[in-house]
Amino acid sequence: MDLRTVLNTLDAEIVSRQADLQQEITSGGAADLMSDVLAFARPDSLLLTGLVNPQVVRTAEMAGIRAIVFVRGKRPPAETIHLAEEIGLPLFSTRYTMYEACGRLYAAGLPGHGLCHLYDQTTA
Amino acid sequence: MSARSTLEVTRLQELIYDLKIKEIMQCDVITVTPQTPMQEFKELLRLKRISGTPVVEGDRLVGIISLEDLIKALERGEMNAQVGDKMTRTVKTLYADESVVQAVNQMARLGFGRFPIVNRSGQLVGILTRGDIIRGLLRRLQLNYQEVESQHYRTSHLFEEIVSDQTSLVLRYRVQAGDFSRGGTASSHIKRAIERLGGKPPLARRVAVAAYESEMNLIIHTDQGGEMVVEIQPDQVHIVVTDTGPGIPDIEQAMRPGFSTAPEWIREMGFGAGMGLINIKNCADEMKLESAVGAGTHLEIWFRFSPPTSLTGEKKEEDLL
Repeated sequence: MDLRTVLNTLDAEIVSRQADLQQEITSGGAADLMSDVLAFARPDSLLLTGLVNPQVVRTAEMAGIRAIVFVRGKRPPAETIHLAEEIGLPLFSTRYTMYEACGRLYAAGLPGHGLCHLYDQTTA
Repeated sequence: MSARSTLEVTRLQELIYDLKIKEIMQCDVITVTPQTPMQEFKELLRLKRISGTPVVEGDRLVGIISLEDLIKALERGEMNAQVGDKMTRTVKTLYADESVVQAVNQMARLGFGRFPIVNRSGQLVGILTRGDIIRGLLRRLQLNYQEVESQHYRTSHLFEEIVSDQTSLVLRYRVQAGDFSRGGTASSHIKRAIERLGGKPPLARRVAVAAYESEMNLIIHTDQGGEMVVEIQPDQVHIVVTDTGPGIPDIEQAMRPGFSTAPEWIREMGFGAGMGLINIKNCADEMKLESAVGAGTHLEIWFRFSPPTSLTGEKKEEDLL
């Protein structure tokens, strides 16, 4: 699914200055716990979260996440936006709740990460 | 011009010729019909911040109307007219599978700012403006640049050109305690270093996640911060994280998923869920954790890949791509 479809499916706004809407993501995940994101997120995925501090951007960068959607209409502070622009990570904001935002994307065909277990990333 | 840069220019030109209109055009086209009142067309331009649209009847393209046509209608007080009366009927279109170079040439020759794009059966499938071309080319150039850059900085160059019995590159980072907002800066640099040295994305990711968890531990849990030393060798990455206290009283307990001593404000930030050390262990090929209360903590992690294939090597399928 490309980011334009994400944007349209969630009636979202682009929060960061530049966003390449043709970029493709292969799966989605939602969490407010950054350690969970680091443990379970897949590369080239989309992250939905209610947290807006700059560490969310850092976490996404480390985990190879392609874009972040802030739910419940949350707007990140300037430092979060600056960091995202520095590393070229698109940020979106949607007024849907976490539950509904996930549901809409899933219904539109964006898969999740499947059954998860604390997998050993060295042999996966 | 050196042979190498001549080669690169040629490659760029090839890329631009290779780029097809359908790769950079906008697919969701805003259109009007011949019956649309000019007044409504004006509002559409304002709301969508565009300067013209194709005019369609069913799925047939019948004309094109622009800001210029609107200004003429305004001057003549003809805003009650319909788009069909004011539009340009002979529309120059381009095919979606044509090269972008075609579009650039046609724009220069005809002076048009936009072209409706049709497929080979004549249906409207997109629109192409000067902005789309610039964005498309820049993106392509950037991708190409990244490829060229990562080729330039392959480990094999660095590690093969410098001869020693054991060559390694050492990166040192100082991490301040409590510096939450800058947390991850070191790990970001580490990740980029691995990538530039030719490490494949999965390897760069494993190292980055482990480094980031370690860095956040220094920020959240130590009295005076600590140091991260990353040693990159042709066959492994070794990270040593040290601090001077307070130390971990019970390592077994600290390794248990969900166990955490993080303060509430850290948890509100999405950290301190008691998963950090487990994450590090799962990302690394080997991990060694030693700690003494009052003395500090010493964490060592190894990421291995087999020589002589080096950082770009083939041992772990994961690290390949």
